[in-house]
Amino acid sequence: MTAYLKIDHLSKTFTRGSQETEVLSDITLTIDQGEYVSIIGHSGCGKSTLLNIVAGLTPATLGCVLLEDREVNDPGPDRAVVFQNHSLLPWLTVYDNVRLAVDKVFAAKSRKERHEWIMHKLELVQMAHAKDKRPNEISGGMKQRVGLARALAMEPKVLLLDEPFGALDALTRAHLQDSVMAIHQKLGNTVLMITHDVDEAVLLSDRIVMMTNGPAARIGEVLDVPLPRPRKRLELATSATYLKCRQRVLEFLYERHRFVEAA
Amino acid sequence: MNMTVLKTETTIAVPPPSAAVAAPVLRLKLPKARFTSKLMPRLSYVAARVVPPLVMIALLLTVWQILCSRPGATLPAPSKIWTEAYDLIVDPFFVAGPQDIGLGWRVLVSLQRVMIGYGLAGLIGIMLGTIVGQSVWAMRGLDPIFQILRTISPLAWLPISLAAFRDSQPSAIFVIFITAVWPIIINTAVGIRNIPQDYRNVAAVLRLNHFEFFAKIMIPSAAPYIFTGLRIGIGLSWLAIVAAEMLTGGVGIGFFIWDAWNSSRLSDIVVALVYIGLVGFVLDRIVALLATIVTRGTSAN
Repeated sequence: MTAYLKIDHLSKTFTRGSQETEVLSDITLTIDQGEYVSIIGHSGCGKSTLLNIVAGLTPATLGCVLLEDREVNDPGPDRAVVFQNHSLLPWLTVYDNVRLAVDKVFAAKSRKERHEWIMHKLELVQMAHAKDKRPNEISGGMKQRVGLARALAMEPKVLLLDEPFGALDALTRAHLQDSVMAIHQKLGNTVLMITHDVDEAVLLSDRIVMMTNGPAARIGEVLDVPLPRPRKRLELATSATYLKCRQRVLEFLYERHRFVEAA
Repeated sequence: MNMTVLKTETTIAVPPPSAAVAAPVLRLKLPKARFTSKLMPRLSYVAARVVPPLVMIALLLTVWQILCSRPGATLPAPSKIWTEAYDLIVDPFFVAGPQDIGLGWRVLVSLQRVMIGYGLAGLIGIMLGTIVGQSVWAMRGLDPIFQILRTISPLAWLPISLAAFRDSQPSAIFVIFITAVWPIIINTAVGIRNIPQDYRNVAAVLRLNHFEFFAKIMIPSAAPYIFTGLRIGIGLSWLAIVAAEMLTGGVGIGFFIWDAWNSSRLSDIVVALVYIGLVGFVLDRIVALLATIVTRGTSAN
């Protein structure tokens, strides 16, 4: 079986004037359908760049990204992104934000079908009650939920999450993580998530990709998380497998690849 | 779970005196709002806004009256203006002859010119501003030219436009256009340049085409900036039309002032100035109101 999503010998070099900086070096990673993969690394290691390349927002310098054996060169709704800072359009209501995506991706469907689709996605993220609110009238966690609904509404082949919980407080974050887990369980999406939170990575992922420090970041280690699903946050706290996985990631990040403050 | 807590607490018939915890969920009967108790605060609010300007106007008029009542005063006092220009003040829309009409009519003629010139400036300004904001090459090529052209006084354009159009009406409109267009272009360009990368990414992921991107992302996102330009533009247009009409003649309020000066009707000039000020104020408020209606949501972010 060929891989669903394949990142093949990917390198990225940023050129500013005559100065070249290699950000990513020879990244190869395959992701199966329905798999939840997290990429973890210290800030500045180029993990967001990697996600942007998969999304098609940034071109790769060398290598390529293959989705179902087809090369990815430009952004598209088959790789929907949930951005770190929600990126909802402030002049549109929650409903209209999702609708913008649905109208574009499912232009062929009838008005009624599209409406039901939008409402279904909003219910999935428990935001149907706020459909007529504008983004500045709802909390940060709710905005991120709407961002998720918008991405899910595109029915993407791969869902890309760019530190989706980074800007939220711990309680909201935990709540949202549970939602994402439940949705992943229900829909079986293929997910690629960027994070810098070890617990989040272990809790949510099937596999954790650990990146070395930049410049020229590589994949340092890939860890399988053999925890059965559905996972329960409280039970995991005492699970030996969970603690072992957590330990492995922490060792990688804080012993072997300690973050060196550049600036 | 919150709901159940609420329910049990509201069913307690008589709260014990120490029920400070339950206090927020108790619904005390509010005293019925009387008509006066509702009206009084509003009235005092209005009074607090209206009375100070009225007092200041009265004060200014008194000083003016005292200064201009002395023998040998060069300018008319308010009382003299009231008697001399009574018909102009009381009825803006009288018609007593081809050149003897109320100031309301003259203002309308001027407004018509402003609307055509300003409308064109808005349309072309937003379009050019979008191009300049979107394309680095267009910005580098056009921005220096705009920066130089925008410093030219509106009236300096008048001889050129008279030569080009050979008629006073289109020339006056052109002067309005050329005055109002620069702030609209520049502010629109800044607004377009400041569209957050996030919105562009959203558009890219959704594969919005150029037209959809323009209508659904660019214009709403840049709307607060565009309206800043439009508001500056309407103010400048109104400034320019009076000056332009003084030179081109015709029916407008600007020519009225020039005509009154030539026949030494100083009182009429003062009345016309008040009209110009009031109309300019109203125009500014209309655009500001439009801006708040259109950009609600965006500007708060």
